[in-house]
Amino acid sequence: MAGKIRIRAKAENGVTEVKALMRHPMETGLRKDQEGNPIPAEFIKEVTVSHNGTVVIQTYWGASVSANPFLGMRFNGGAAGDTVTVTWVDNTGATGNGETKIR
Amino acid sequence: MQPHLIAAATLLAVLTGTASADDGMFDEYREMMGDDSPAVFVIDEGEEYWYETQGPKAASLEACDLGLGPGVVEGAYAGVPRFFEDAGRVMDIEARLQHCMIELQGRSAEEVNRKPYSLRGDMGTEMEALVAWLADQSAGMAVNPGQVTPEEQASYALGEEIFFYRAGPHDFSCATCHGQNDVRIRLQALANLTTHEGAAEAYTSWPAYRISQSVVRTMGWRMRDCMRQQRLPELIMGSDASVALQMFLAVKASGAEMAAPGLKR
Repeated sequence: MAGKIRIRAKAENGVTEVKALMRHPMETGLRKDQEGNPIPAEFIKEVTVSHNGTVVIQTYWGASVSANPFLGMRFNGGAAGDTVTVTWVDNTGATGNGETKIR
Repeated sequence: MQPHLIAAATLLAVLTGTASADDGMFDEYREMMGDDSPAVFVIDEGEEYWYETQGPKAASLEACDLGLGPGVVEGAYAGVPRFFEDAGRVMDIEARLQHCMIELQGRSAEEVNRKPYSLRGDMGTEMEALVAWLADQSAGMAVNPGQVTPEEQASYALGEEIFFYRAGPHDFSCATCHGQNDVRIRLQALANLTTHEGAAEAYTSWPAYRISQSVVRTMGWRMRDCMRQQRLPELIMGSDASVALQMFLAVKASGAEMAAPGLKR
């Protein structure tokens, strides 16, 4: 279930706006389930956004970010048809990635 | 521009002095999210569940008749609750899906009922995903529950009775909180569900992604959780009482356009 990323990228006046929605539980490791057993930590540690293969932002996240997190960012440059990729790595080593063309 | 908007919204709230202060903030949040509600993932997952082969009969739900004929999903959500002849009772979307899981897929009632709604730490249940997808298949369509057969009319009457029935340690009915205009609990505005406008706003926005819970919640869950808040016994998914309450709201909301899955705090 986790791993999917929904990305939208739009270029306007030389600036590209990227919106990425990620499917991830973002468990802190501090919560307990209905039976009182701890729910193991599972959260995204690193998110990278690339434009045509060049990294434009690299973020380091922790357990305080919400479930199904949303990342919005802008970078200079980018034109319609260029490729924007978003990838994440979580604390369990799982990864997710998605790709879209700039509109 | 954003600070101006916030200032304007705050000023408006101060001027009107009603429950709208916090709602204005949340509307703004909803606008910022745009179409990026995490419900989009759940909708996709619901569609996958629909076509997935499951149960002893190794069948998918594709042949399930949601009221508009076997396999017709578009507009089906807007047409429930309604009377189903093959089951001999009035059903909401959850009761009907349960019926199909049991009849078509051969799954046991116990298995289907075991965990209808997400618990803490879950990413969503099969039922939540299916309901989210089906609601999305009715987006923009008018709420049109069945009100022709005596069974359907009896369901409405039962729903109305439950809505106004005071019980439990707090002597609450649904109407205690949802029977008047412009009141709130903590900072949250309470819809007046006895009016068409209030019922329409509530009914058409469920199922919804609850940001505070990180899962999609269904209208059936909403009913159950209201019962819990009233300290009443657990409302069983798909039960006559659950269906009747939804029938009551759906009839009140008749004609309004479905806009679910919504986004809620």
